Amino acid sequence: MVTASEQSKLSFAEEPTGDGVLKTPPRPSLLQGVSIPEETPAGTSTPVINIRKLDFWYGRDQALFDISMDISDRSVTAIIGPSGCGKSTLLRCINRMNDLVDGTRVKGHLLLEGQDVYGAKVDPVAVRRHIGMVFQKPNPFPKTIFNNIAFGLRIRGRRYARSIEETVQWALQQAYLWDEVKDKLHESATSLSGGQQQRLCIARALATRPKVLLMDEPCSALDPIATGRIEELISQLRNDYTIVIVTHNMQQAARVSEQTAFLCLGKLIEYGLTRDIFTNPKVKQTEDYITGRFG
Amino acid sequence: MAVSQDTPAPAAGFTQSRVGHGKDWLLLVVCLLSTCIGGVALFTLLAYVLVDAAGWLDWQFLTSTTSRFPEKAGIFPALVGSIYMAALLIPPAMVLGIGAAVYLTEYARANKLTKFININIANLAGVPSVVWGLLGLGLFIQLFGMRYGTLLVGSLTMTLLILPVIIIASQEAIKAVPDSLRQAAFGMGATRWQTISRVVLPRALPGILTGTVLSLARALGETAPLIMIGVPTAVFATPGGVRDKFTSMTMQLFSWSDYPQPEFQYGVLAAGVVTLLVVLLSLNALAIYLRHRFQNRHG
Amino acid sequence: MESIETAEASLDLTQGVHPWRERLVRSAAFLCAAITVLTTGGIIAVLLVNAAEFFAEWSVWDFLTGTKWSPAIQPVEYGVLPLVWGTMVITLGSALIALPLGVAAAVYLSEYARPKVRAVVKPYLEILAGVPTVVYGYFALVYVTPALKTVFPTISTFNTLSASIVVGIMIIPFVASISEDAIRAVPKSLRMAGYGLGASKFSVVIRVVIPAAFSGIIASFILALSRAIGETMAVTIAAGQTPRLASIFNLEETFLRPAETMTAAMVNIGMSDVTGDSLAYRSLFAIGLVLFFMTFAMNILGSWVTSRFREKYE
Repeated sequence: MVTASEQSKLSFAEEPTGDGVLKTPPRPSLLQGVSIPEETPAGTSTPVINIRKLDFWYGRDQALFDISMDISDRSVTAIIGPSGCGKSTLLRCINRMNDLVDGTRVKGHLLLEGQDVYGAKVDPVAVRRHIGMVFQKPNPFPKTIFNNIAFGLRIRGRRYARSIEETVQWALQQAYLWDEVKDKLHESATSLSGGQQQRLCIARALATRPKVLLMDEPCSALDPIATGRIEELISQLRNDYTIVIVTHNMQQAARVSEQTAFLCLGKLIEYGLTRDIFTNPKVKQTEDYITGRFG
Repeated sequence: MAVSQDTPAPAAGFTQSRVGHGKDWLLLVVCLLSTCIGGVALFTLLAYVLVDAAGWLDWQFLTSTTSRFPEKAGIFPALVGSIYMAALLIPPAMVLGIGAAVYLTEYARANKLTKFININIANLAGVPSVVWGLLGLGLFIQLFGMRYGTLLVGSLTMTLLILPVIIIASQEAIKAVPDSLRQAAFGMGATRWQTISRVVLPRALPGILTGTVLSLARALGETAPLIMIGVPTAVFATPGGVRDKFTSMTMQLFSWSDYPQPEFQYGVLAAGVVTLLVVLLSLNALAIYLRHRFQNRHG
Repeated sequence: MESIETAEASLDLTQGVHPWRERLVRSAAFLCAAITVLTTGGIIAVLLVNAAEFFAEWSVWDFLTGTKWSPAIQPVEYGVLPLVWGTMVITLGSALIALPLGVAAAVYLSEYARPKVRAVVKPYLEILAGVPTVVYGYFALVYVTPALKTVFPTISTFNTLSASIVVGIMIIPFVASISEDAIRAVPKSLRMAGYGLGASKFSVVIRVVIPAAFSGIIASFILALSRAIGETMAVTIAAGQTPRLASIFNLEETFLRPAETMTAAMVNIGMSDVTGDSLAYRSLFAIGLVLFFMTFAMNILGSWVTSRFREKYE
């Protein structure tokens, strides 16, 4: 298994720049501003989410402008950008979590496996049943570890105890938490450390086999060691799940994702393969952000 | 905003002004005394009552009915009546109270109607208890034709009386549930009711129970509404059913205060007061216990 | 292993999740909330309808300006002024006790008391409000009045002073709790400004903090007095049931003699054998209407002042 630090060395090792400074990318003289790919970045599989011309408002303030992008199946897509640029808002549009806030408005389309989640008769709860979410600060329920994982199963009507037990074990194993908690399944989830709680939240989301797993800065409240373990976990999960991760940590995006989208002030500035974005960004704004000139 | 100009500038060094120091001391003493006076007064009164009740508060007192003769007087039917009334009003008060609180915190949008309902509830909490009695009288007895002074009318009236307080306490308990838990539940695809019933309410339950127990204590201490709905000052048998008349401990105490004999004034009444206070004290202790027990569980 | 639900063959997002159950729960919850509105409507309706029937036979003017209240004894008169006077006397008396003590207690709690002390003192203050009012009435009659008799030998068995004292004790927590909130809401920076200018604690509290918390303190007064006005059992037992009207400047007549408050008059009628159709019965609702409006107006005023002082610092 490749550790996070080895992984980061791998991706940046492709460009032998020696002193670690990005080369100035070649700039076509006529191309300015946003480049929006209409298809998935080359070399990835079929898209599971299609976002088309998505606009989003909090009341009168527009937060997202004309976002169009496709998210590929069974891969990790990172969304980066300076704070306040709309990364979390975009993420929460995917599973309609923004509906919980009063006064929000959406225009455009967001297709999940071909169905528009903002379609006329769509029940947001139905949307969320196919999508899992992990939040910035771990938020396990004040219940036992077992009941936390079982929550998703029980609200879907699962009743048979053995079946629930099996799934709980499977989910905890998927999140690399099983060995640590198998003897204390019936203790309170809040007795776990921060990193363990976050892995519990991941296991909780995985238990229902979601089509897509959304992660909103999952490591920002954790220490570096816990962060490393979760990044490892994400790398392992990418083979079975479609993951969209919002992060303000560019190195993390570079380490774990295959595609990266760069958002700024609600607009999608650039979207492409991670290695391209970080070594050869097409838009100056992207380069400025990546090299730390702003944000 | 006028700041005192009377503290003289230090002539040499920074010795504290004598005048300022004296006044500070005075203020502290006055405030401390004020805080204590009320409690001391009450404590003294309670001590008097306890002393007077000694000798009168015994098993015979607790198990007899009232009588013209102080030695024979007892509080039993009143005690039972109060307990029955309390038992009858808990289910509807809790269901309606928690239901309303859930609606106002989890379902209602922040619009004028919601604000109006909340203001209305706050006002209801401040309505004098005697007016609630008038409501019981005019609505349940006159309009609905129920009989005066029955457990049915009594518990209905008292349910309405404590409802605003239960709603306010439940709202606070529900609002105290961190929003991150709701987000986690919704993120998992739970419906609103599933989120409320499986995540929010279990977490808010200690606060809700505490509020309910305290409301119950309030209901047991009320007299005026019961007077208005015709609850008799003495019954000689414990009520058998909801349509039977009943009396409460408070009504019994009120009626005994009319008897001028010192044995009643200083003996029987004292025993009755102590009984009532013991019941209320137990309820308050229960509320405190509930609050602490569940607080420790979550950590 | 049971098949996992999310591996559905077709992803149908329009299939609502338990739509009927959700709608039912929401409606039921709304009904519970609506009942509170109905309750207020019920109170107002009951009071208005019955009071209207009363005023059909005894004019509003005579009611509000009459100086004799005598529902049972001939000549029968329904003048509410003695009752209002009785209520006001006791409210004034209790205010003289509770307002200064309550504010001083609030100052102690917010400016002096350590958190551990606060944690003990606050609940114990609440106990004052938790004692049943009938018990307070009993205390007044059986302990306070005899004690007062040693100081004022001419005092009657039923008197307003005794009632004022116990009602005053009873409402201290109202004043203390809300005033304390108001005082704590005063930003630390204001206090620091005072201290920084060399003011003593006394000056800072009296000249900076209390004026800044003024509207909150006034709100506490209003709400506490509203409670005193609505108080029933303590005043009925302690002050008696003799409606009187006297000059407020004659202290002896005012405080050492019995009086009947609006609430006590209601108890009086409620305890007597009045039938549902009699004028006396309906007068209950007329007094109730006056009482309701007085306390309602004060509560609204108090809430409004409270919300204003909260806005100031938020």
